[in-house]
Amino acid sequence: MSKIKNAFKNGKALIPFITGGDPSLEVTEELICAMEKAGADLIEIGIPFSDPVAESVTVQEANERALAAGCTADKLFDMAAKVQGKIHVPLVFMAYANLIYTYGKEKFIKRCRESGVDGLVVPDLPFEEKGEIFPECEQYGIDLISLMVPSSCERIAMIAGEARGFLCGISPMGVAETEKGRKRNGIEEMLKLARENSGLPCVMDPGSGTLEQVKAMAALCDGIVAGEAILKLVAQHGKDSAVPVAEYIRAMKEAIA
Amino acid sequence: MKAGRYGQYGGQYIPEILMSAVRELDTAYEHYKNDLEFNQELEDLYNNYAGRPSMLYYAEKMTKDLGGAKIYLKREDLNHTGSHKINNVLGQVLLAKKMGKTRVIAETGAGQHGVATATAAALMDMECEIYMGKEDTERQALNVFRMELLGAKVHAVTSGTMTLKDAVNEAMGEWTRRGSDTLYVLGSVMGPHPFPMIVRDFQKVIGKEIKEQILKREGRLPDAVVACVGGGSNAMGAFYEFIPHEEVGLIGCEAAGLGVDHPKNAATVANGTVGIFHGMKSLFCQDQYGQIAPVYSISAGLDYPGIGPEHAMLHETGRAKYVPVTDEEAVSAFEYLSRTEGIIPAIESAHAVAYARKLAPVMGKDQIMVINISGRGDKDVAAIARYRGVELYE
Repeated sequence: MSKIKNAFKNGKALIPFITGGDPSLEVTEELICAMEKAGADLIEIGIPFSDPVAESVTVQEANERALAAGCTADKLFDMAAKVQGKIHVPLVFMAYANLIYTYGKEKFIKRCRESGVDGLVVPDLPFEEKGEIFPECEQYGIDLISLMVPSSCERIAMIAGEARGFLCGISPMGVAETEKGRKRNGIEEMLKLARENSGLPCVMDPGSGTLEQVKAMAALCDGIVAGEAILKLVAQHGKDSAVPVAEYIRAMKEAIA
Repeated sequence: MKAGRYGQYGGQYIPEILMSAVRELDTAYEHYKNDLEFNQELEDLYNNYAGRPSMLYYAEKMTKDLGGAKIYLKREDLNHTGSHKINNVLGQVLLAKKMGKTRVIAETGAGQHGVATATAAALMDMECEIYMGKEDTERQALNVFRMELLGAKVHAVTSGTMTLKDAVNEAMGEWTRRGSDTLYVLGSVMGPHPFPMIVRDFQKVIGKEIKEQILKREGRLPDAVVACVGGGSNAMGAFYEFIPHEEVGLIGCEAAGLGVDHPKNAATVANGTVGIFHGMKSLFCQDQYGQIAPVYSISAGLDYPGIGPEHAMLHETGRAKYVPVTDEEAVSAFEYLSRTEGIIPAIESAHAVAYARKLAPVMGKDQIMVINISGRGDKDVAAIARYRGVELYE
C-alpha cells in the first residue's frame, strides 16, 4: 500500500525535489533526512539523465553534476532502501522514460517496490503513452503520478480520472515565463477540473516562482513542489547543503501553511 | 497500425506541456494534407521556388569506373538552399502560416535545415529562431552567417555535447515555453508523432520523382536506392515510394565516425538499442542505464544518437538495410565524386556515395542504382581541407 496519502495529513504538503547523486549519494541521503526533519512531507528524487529535455538550466546542471559523480539508478535504489530505516515520509522517484525502459520496465518498477519507493513521476510519459508502464506500476503498487498543465484544460478530466497518488500541476510561471498574457485563472480552472474528476490531492510545481507567488498558489491547492530553489542551494553549497536546505524547507513549510 | 506507430516504434513521449501544441499540429496537418489549395500552393513553391523536380543524372563516368551497376544520382543538391531540407520546410512553414503562427523555431546540425527554415521564414514573413550546437556553429560558421543574412536569430547551444541532439533539446524546450504563436519546424523524420509522418510526407516527393524519372529513362524500377541516414529524412523521402516494391533494395548509410567499433561514431542501427528519447521510441546509441551516448561524426548532419522510428521499423522488418560508413570513407567519396563527375556532394551525402562505391562493382551491369545526393558540399569544403591538413586563408 502506497504511503503517499500520509503526506497530505499535515496541512499543505511540502514536496521538495532534488536530483539524486548531486553532488554525491552521501549528500542526497543526508538531504533526505534533513529535509524530513525540517518539515518535508514527501520527497521527490530525480534519477539523473543525460538529456533532461525541457528542464531549466538549474535542473540540467544538477543532472550533469550527478552523472559526473557516477550516479546510477542502481545506486539510487540501494540508497533509497538504506534510508528507509531513518525516515517516515514517502519517497517518489522522477525518471525520464528511457531510464525505465532501458533498465527493464518490470525490473525497474519491482526495484521501486523493494526499495520502498512509493511513486514515480515520468515527465515524458503523457496520458497517451502511460500504458508503457502503468500495468507494471499497478502490479507492484507504485503510484504513477500524473502531470497536468493549465494550457490544456480539455485534457484534465481524462488525466485526473485515471490518476494515482496525487496530481501535479506544472505552473506556466516557471515553464512559460516568457509567454505573456497567460492568466492565473488557468490554474484555478485546472485545479477545479482535477477535483471534479478525482478525489486525489492536487499539488502545484511553481517552477521558479517568487515566494509570494508560491504562497498564493499554495492557497489554491493541497501542496507545493519545491525544486528550483533547492537545487540552486545544492549547487552553491555542495557537500554542506543540508543546513541551508533544511532552513529553506522550514521557511517554506511555514510560508505555505 | 496505430497512428504515429511504426511497428513498436514511434509514439508521443513528450512532456504534458507539449501535448496541446503537438495535437494542434496533428489536427491542422490532418486537415491541410487533403486541402486542395494547400497542396497547390506547396506544389507551386516546389516547382517555382525550390527548383523541383530535381534532376536524375546518369553518372556515366562513375558507372564505367566502378564497372558494375548503372548509377544515377538524384540531384537534391541542386534544390534552392542546396539540399533536400527545403522540401520539408516549405511544407511546414506553409502549414505554420495556415495555422496562424507568426514564428518558427528549428534545430540544425550542419546548418542545412536551419538555412532552409530561415529561407522559408523569410519568404513567408515569419519570425525565425534557429538552435544550433555551439560546436556546430564553429564547424559551420558560414551557415550561421547565412541564416543571419536571411533574418533568423541563431542561438549557439552550450548544453551537453553542444551538437545536434542538444540543439533539439533546446528547441523543444523553447516550444514548451512558447507554443501559442510558434511552430517547431523539426528537420527530420523523428521526434513525437506527427513529425515523423509530416516530414516523410513532405520529403516523399524525392522518391516519387525518382520513380517517374527512372521509368521514363529505363522503363523499369531501380535495383537499389542508396541514401545517407542521420535522423533519416532524405532517406525516408527517397525510400518511401519504393517500400511496396520489394524488388527495390533500400540502403541507408549511417555515420560510423572513426569506426563502428571505435567509441567515436554515430552508427545508431549498428550500435544502438531500443529506447525512448526526443518524443519517440526508436533505436538510440546509449549506455546500459539509458544515458544517451555522446556520438561523433565528421558530418554535423549525421551526428545524432538516434534514427527516425520508421527507419527502425524498416530495419526490424528487413525491408531496408543499414550500413556504417566511416569518416575516412566519406571524405574519400567526397573527393571521388568531385573529381569523377564534377559534383561536390555534402559530406552527409558522401556517406551514401562511399557505400555505392563498394556496392556498384558487385552488382551486374544490367542493374540500376540510384544514389540520393541529398545536399551540395560547398559548406564542407573548409572542413575537408582541415581533415586533409590543408590550411586555408581567406
